Amino acid sequence: MAKITYIEHTNKKHIVEVPNNMSVMEGAVQNNIPGIDADCGGSMACATCHVYIDEKWFDKFKKKDEGEEDMLDMAYQPNKFSRLSCQLLVSDELDGLILRMPSKQG
Amino acid sequence: MITTDVLIIGAGPTALFAVQQLGLIGLKAEVVDNLDKVGGQCSELYPDKPIYDIPAIPECTGETLTKNLMKQIEPFNTNIHLNERVDQLAKEGTKWKITTNRKKVFIASSIIIAGGVGSFEPRKFPLKKAEKFEDSGVFYSIKDKKYFDKKKICIFGGGDSALDWSIELSKNSKVVLVHRRSEFRGTPKNVETVKKLEKDGKIQIETPYQINSIEGDDKIKAITIKDDEGKIKKIDVDYILGFFGLVMKLGPIAEWGLNLDKKHIPVSTENFQTDKEGIFAIGDICTYPGKIKLILSGFHEGALAARGCFKLARPNEKYRHEFTTTSKTIHERLGKKKS
Repeated sequence: MAKITYIEHTNKKHIVEVPNNMSVMEGAVQNNIPGIDADCGGSMACATCHVYIDEKWFDKFKKKDEGEEDMLDMAYQPNKFSRLSCQLLVSDELDGLILRMPSKQG
Repeated sequence: MITTDVLIIGAGPTALFAVQQLGLIGLKAEVVDNLDKVGGQCSELYPDKPIYDIPAIPECTGETLTKNLMKQIEPFNTNIHLNERVDQLAKEGTKWKITTNRKKVFIASSIIIAGGVGSFEPRKFPLKKAEKFEDSGVFYSIKDKKYFDKKKICIFGGGDSALDWSIELSKNSKVVLVHRRSEFRGTPKNVETVKKLEKDGKIQIETPYQINSIEGDDKIKAITIKDDEGKIKKIDVDYILGFFGLVMKLGPIAEWGLNLDKKHIPVSTENFQTDKEGIFAIGDICTYPGKIKLILSGFHEGALAARGCFKLARPNEKYRHEFTTTSKTIHERLGKKKS
């Protein structure tokens, strides 16, 4: 279980507890947090679950694989802290994770 | 005007299997899809990626799945209207009148929406000013390449569309290729060609940069690009082209007065009918308690929706369930000779 802070581009915060082994994307969708569309349902095929990971947390994740980097080419305004939240699995180590969502997803 | 039993919106796997299910019970369908090919997300998003959860098919690609579904519906000679988007629905007596963006009109007793997550549209530049110049200075596809002859062009993107057009347009124009990182995801051959053209001074490559601003009032004069560290460069251009792939937009579906749950259409799990009689929704676009977005689920939903359509198309007939293994009628519909 990890407490995750999802911050909308308007700075509105959503703090929710997400069970282990769920993706960070699912944590948002199941809690009705706006800002993550996840059109393809998590198959890394659409880049609409794009998030910016807080700098302090960015290195805690496994490195992006090539497919994710390819999809991020299509994301809306990616930067060096960009990830696809469907590829990030929740674990106890992520307790306290902070991430921001772009102003839109497509 | 085309009269049919069922109009299917979308030509993805779920839609194609619904054609088969309708065909088996003797209903005629017409299919409309905004894309230029069948297969929906399978063709557009992951044609080469293997799928492992189609019953009895241990592994197949999106492309193969689509091909096989097309083969399976061959006996029904279904018209598939590609490059066309359904824009309007209106009730006409007991039937529905469906109008496309190309003003094609269908009359059907039922509509099955198998629209995935909506229609695919090009992803656009994140700048307000890009909207203003769209189709005059900002483009997301190329219809006539002569338009770009002897111009200063800036192409954005890292995939094959961006690379193909950089190579092609560099023959007659000055091309700057901009990408957010230094690796390109196009085919090795394209990447090699572009790198060679850069060495020969035919293409200028700028990485890792993204668009920052567009300058000019009635036409584009220049753009600025920016890297992750905030470094800004100015480039003089006439036209800019963006190749960032496609995004799914719900589009006109949102305007048909259907009950919506975010981007999805709630349905009854008995026949996958929406809150409007005669309009059904199947596949990724529908939602109900326990819904999972699987091709498998879409097939089941299509089978049940087809039976729902039968009641409306043949109100005076009783639906009788028959099996493909034994039914003579079904064998006739499939064009199978008696053994």
